[in-house]
Amino acid sequence: MDQNRKVHQFKNPVLNWIEFRLPIISYFKKEYGDYPMPKNCNYFWSFGALATITLVTMIVSGIFLAMNYTPHTDMAFDSVERIMRDVNYGWLMRYIHSNGAAFFFIIVYIHIVRAMYFGSYKYPRELNWILGVFIFLLMMATSFLGYTLPWGQMSYWGATVITNLFSAIPIIGEGLKTWLLGDYNVGNATLNRFFALHYVLPFVIFGIVGLHVAAVHVHGSNNPDGIDIKSKNDSVNFFPYMLIKDTIAMCAFGVAISAVIFFGPNLMAEVDNYIPADPLVTPAHIVPNWYLAPFYAILRAVPDKLGGVLLMFGAIVILFVLPWLDRSKVRSCNYRPIYKWFMMGFFVNFFVLGYVGMLPAEGLYLLIARVGLLYYFGFFFIITPFVGWIEKPNKLPLSISDVYAKNIAPNIGGGEKGMPSPAMQKDTNL
Amino acid sequence: MAKKPKNKRRDFLQLSTVTLGAVGTAAFIWPFLKSMSPAEDTLAAGSTEVDISAIEEGQSITIKWRGKPVFIKKRTKDEIEAAKMVQAGDLRDPQDDADRVQKEEWLVLVGVCTHLGCVPLGQKVSDMKGEYDGWYCPCHGSHYDTSGRIRKGPAPKNLDVPPYTFLNDTTIKIG
Repeated sequence: MDQNRKVHQFKNPVLNWIEFRLPIISYFKKEYGDYPMPKNCNYFWSFGALATITLVTMIVSGIFLAMNYTPHTDMAFDSVERIMRDVNYGWLMRYIHSNGAAFFFIIVYIHIVRAMYFGSYKYPRELNWILGVFIFLLMMATSFLGYTLPWGQMSYWGATVITNLFSAIPIIGEGLKTWLLGDYNVGNATLNRFFALHYVLPFVIFGIVGLHVAAVHVHGSNNPDGIDIKSKNDSVNFFPYMLIKDTIAMCAFGVAISAVIFFGPNLMAEVDNYIPADPLVTPAHIVPNWYLAPFYAILRAVPDKLGGVLLMFGAIVILFVLPWLDRSKVRSCNYRPIYKWFMMGFFVNFFVLGYVGMLPAEGLYLLIARVGLLYYFGFFFIITPFVGWIEKPNKLPLSISDVYAKNIAPNIGGGEKGMPSPAMQKDTNL
Repeated sequence: MAKKPKNKRRDFLQLSTVTLGAVGTAAFIWPFLKSMSPAEDTLAAGSTEVDISAIEEGQSITIKWRGKPVFIKKRTKDEIEAAKMVQAGDLRDPQDDADRVQKEEWLVLVGVCTHLGCVPLGQKVSDMKGEYDGWYCPCHGSHYDTSGRIRKGPAPKNLDVPPYTFLNDTTIKIG
């Protein structure tokens, strides 16, 4: 092959030996060593790293749980109780895994909020956003499959309700549902395949996360001001600056999740799931995991079976096209005086939907869910395109360094007037 | 000119190879997809015979048939009347009471809500029976009447009537 290709030279001869045969050392140096991060990135930019760490934690704790779990309708519930009582540190593995799932969603939701507020989904990072929505979808599928495995009442009836969503599809619905379940109702065939899929999907997620990271590294990370890196003064190297920053974020996250694992491990669990599955008795209130509740609220807000299912899935699918609904060239909501408030309203609305999704779908709660549903879709279809058209964004800083120049001397800062500030000129002379 | 027929031959070989490969791959995938359908032993899940002699008027029992709950109810005179009074044309899933029973005091239903598959309440005396005094699904609030027909709420269809036969006056065979 090409013997003349340029090979990176390192001081360590072992690294050189590897690099010559597989240029993986220079790859890691480029992507995780010298990778330039905008220097104005705040702690919101640590949540990608946190999500990756959580994914690895979930995979590891899950593998060890699988060593003691039995995917059979007669034994699943008891095998989970055995993990809790008899397996050494089994309780810890399980609480890490069950609470880890909840924290995974908290982190990913914050990650998505950050991407939406600061416009990370816009040109040239649309594909990155699409990959992210895929990861989110797979996460929801994986968490649903995993929730079935303990074979408690919520496991069984949650699986029944969700798989019945497919029966809403005209003509092929019933057949599709039976094919997915491997039976006419949720049974042993279902539990077996859910376990197999729950085991494999996280590895698929891991692969897509690899693409997601590779894609963001092509054009570099977005930042709170939503402007591109223009010179070396605008960025810092990933190593050591961002690595250290992410490590601090990880420590804070570790404290938070440990507090829950050790002091309130069942805070986010449903009591009914400690009752073994009974196909003849439905619990009085079927409640989804809180992190899926906003979508469940949308499902129940519609008084039609197929309509509810379509809108629920539509609420996720709509995310894919967000980069094309938003016509504004300005990325960061910090510079969008009108859209900013609608965006915050969207986050609050999502939270409210989640809240009513956990309560019975009656009276006032149903009304709130319907209003929330209207705002959810109105935000994407009407507010986002319309505001992008009428809004006059604030003047963007000339560069990332200029943001800091402005902060030091707000009155002579060039950002507002569109002129280079003295501080910025000093920067470029460095 | 000599080159053209040669290319045609190569195109043909290429196209037929790719086609055969695609068909082969599809044929290879089929057994895997089909393996996810209900297995033979699942399909063979048989019928159930139920002794109904002990059921009093107004009482209802739940039995398990093919993993699903089946409600068998001996209806009271009032309940039969209420079910017959309804005009089928006014219903979401129009059906006369007479089409849903073989003997009018005996109502046999699959106890699975046609919305998202929960088991409706109404089998026990203390249960909520909904606004039409039949069954009420607690999951998403569907109301069924004394014939198991959907009257209010998100469910699209009436409760299913399973295939059943009266073997004699006190025994029903379901399935």
